[in-house]
Amino acid sequence: MLTIIALAAFAALAIIANSFFDAFTLRVFNLCAIYIVLALSLNLLNGFTGLFSLGHAGFMAVGAYVCALLTMTPELKDMNYFLTPIVPWLHNITIPFLPAILIAGLVSAFVGFLIGAPVLRLRDDYLAIATLGFGEIIRVLITNAQAITNGAQGLKGLPRYSTTFSVWITAGLVTLFMVLLMRSSYGRAMKAVRDDELAAEAMGINVFRVKVTSFTVSSFLAGVGGALLGHMITTIDPKMFTFMLTFNILLIVVLGGIGSISGSVISAIVVTILMEALRFLDEPMNLIFFKTEGLPGLRMVVFSILLMVMVIYRQRGLMGNKEFSWDMLQGLFVKKGRKGGDDV
Amino acid sequence: MMSEKTSDLMLSTSHLTMKFGGLTAVSDFNLEIRKNEIVGLIGPNGAGKTTAFNVITGMYYPTEGKVLFKGRDITGLKPHSITALGIARTFQNIRLFKEMSVLENVLVACHMSINTGLFGATLHLPGYRSRESEARRFSMELLEKVGLVHLAYEKGTSLPYGQQRRLEIVRALATKPKVLLLDEPAAGMNPQESRELMDFIRKIRDEFDLTIFLIEHHMQVVMGVCEHMYVLDYGVTIAHGDPASIQKNPKVIEAYLGVD
Repeated sequence: MLTIIALAAFAALAIIANSFFDAFTLRVFNLCAIYIVLALSLNLLNGFTGLFSLGHAGFMAVGAYVCALLTMTPELKDMNYFLTPIVPWLHNITIPFLPAILIAGLVSAFVGFLIGAPVLRLRDDYLAIATLGFGEIIRVLITNAQAITNGAQGLKGLPRYSTTFSVWITAGLVTLFMVLLMRSSYGRAMKAVRDDELAAEAMGINVFRVKVTSFTVSSFLAGVGGALLGHMITTIDPKMFTFMLTFNILLIVVLGGIGSISGSVISAIVVTILMEALRFLDEPMNLIFFKTEGLPGLRMVVFSILLMVMVIYRQRGLMGNKEFSWDMLQGLFVKKGRKGGDDV
Repeated sequence: MMSEKTSDLMLSTSHLTMKFGGLTAVSDFNLEIRKNEIVGLIGPNGAGKTTAFNVITGMYYPTEGKVLFKGRDITGLKPHSITALGIARTFQNIRLFKEMSVLENVLVACHMSINTGLFGATLHLPGYRSRESEARRFSMELLEKVGLVHLAYEKGTSLPYGQQRRLEIVRALATKPKVLLLDEPAAGMNPQESRELMDFIRKIRDEFDLTIFLIEHHMQVVMGVCEHMYVLDYGVTIAHGDPASIQKNPKVIEAYLGVD
């Protein structure tokens, strides 16, 4: 009941936001939704299946490029590809956003499957390094496939399809998908693989298949997220999809709580807003005792500190691996009675 | 003994050998377990008992030899396929899924019988729903039988040690096995608890029509419950037979106590 009210309130907020917010605020608001999609996709891997993957930016790049190439009109493509003409078979394709974004997701999922099948034989740090490597390989391939992706120039003037409604509806659907998945038997199998691979295998779970499935689904979501991002910024180039992007998403997942859907959602919103709100730190500041000349990257220091505080005081992240419930909120207001002791 | 018909042979190995580099952990192990038997595998530390288990359940691929389940060669199958055929196991160092409740731990073992695709499960399609609720009912029933039902929503790892062991056995039972392999189920238990556990093992054997193969470190514990025993020392089978003859076997005494 409360959930329905909350959802209705949120929908109202979205409508209000869409009509009254200025362009900048609206954009940050929408960016939150995209980061929710991306954070959930990474949390599916890192939090729920226990696969430490760092190649996410690569899958986002695949999604963003596929979607962009499918939605751009031939004229727009002619304008972009002034150095090397685009391959003919891509030149005349223009399809609506919805099928394009689905195809983008599917292509990413396919790439994820191709990479996942060999790489998922590795574990832990080795897996992280291998996925990181593949993420970079995707980026380098995109940079060099001039006739398809326009190489380092990137693509400009993508149609602005990522409206408030499309991004938030996607975020809602992805969240719903994750909640249902984690409540199902398949979700339990994923968590079992995370908790103890050997025991999961001995309980008749095909561990390898679960891992590959998780990786593929995660790549699908990353592709969708990447596509949304591309159509919001309306310009994409390979430099966007470096390791730093993966790191930002990882930050959200870790702060929100590895293995918590609601944690990722909340943290995606908070981090995205902070990322913009703290922008003043990067500019020249005039404090009473000293002046700074503008230190680009100072706001990232805030996140580092936040992360450190988290590591020291709340290792499990904001939500741990628990999920948000109304009882929990009530519990917060009533009193923080007996607590502690269950952290260790 | 040998005159018995071989059709009720549940699990057997022939010339099973497992080498790790230059170390032979198990050598020429020939096992024969008949239906509804409780068979013990004993031996001092490092005798290769757990390695034998790991080879049987597919965690290792044997250097030589074969594993047969009901006459079918299962050597080299993946552990999950072996479980699907009906061989379940527990672990020496308890391996519960630590972030999950007692009930969820058991439900994971039902995943195989729910047998669902990603989308069927996520969308909660009718076929999935009925199998899921069936699995829940089945899991609760199992927990009821072993007296853990009141703890169903507790975290698995928060239970006392003895109950964690029981939960591990229940979890293995949830895969609906025909053969149950228990790796040192009585480890870390006092004599009283061990005796209770052995009664429990006999009880589940009768109730679920199981064949049980168990590893034990302490000979006294298993004497009462096993009908047949194998003794390993440095990977070599030094004796097998009924408990009484094992107890008198000089080689066994030597392996356990050493000789001057």
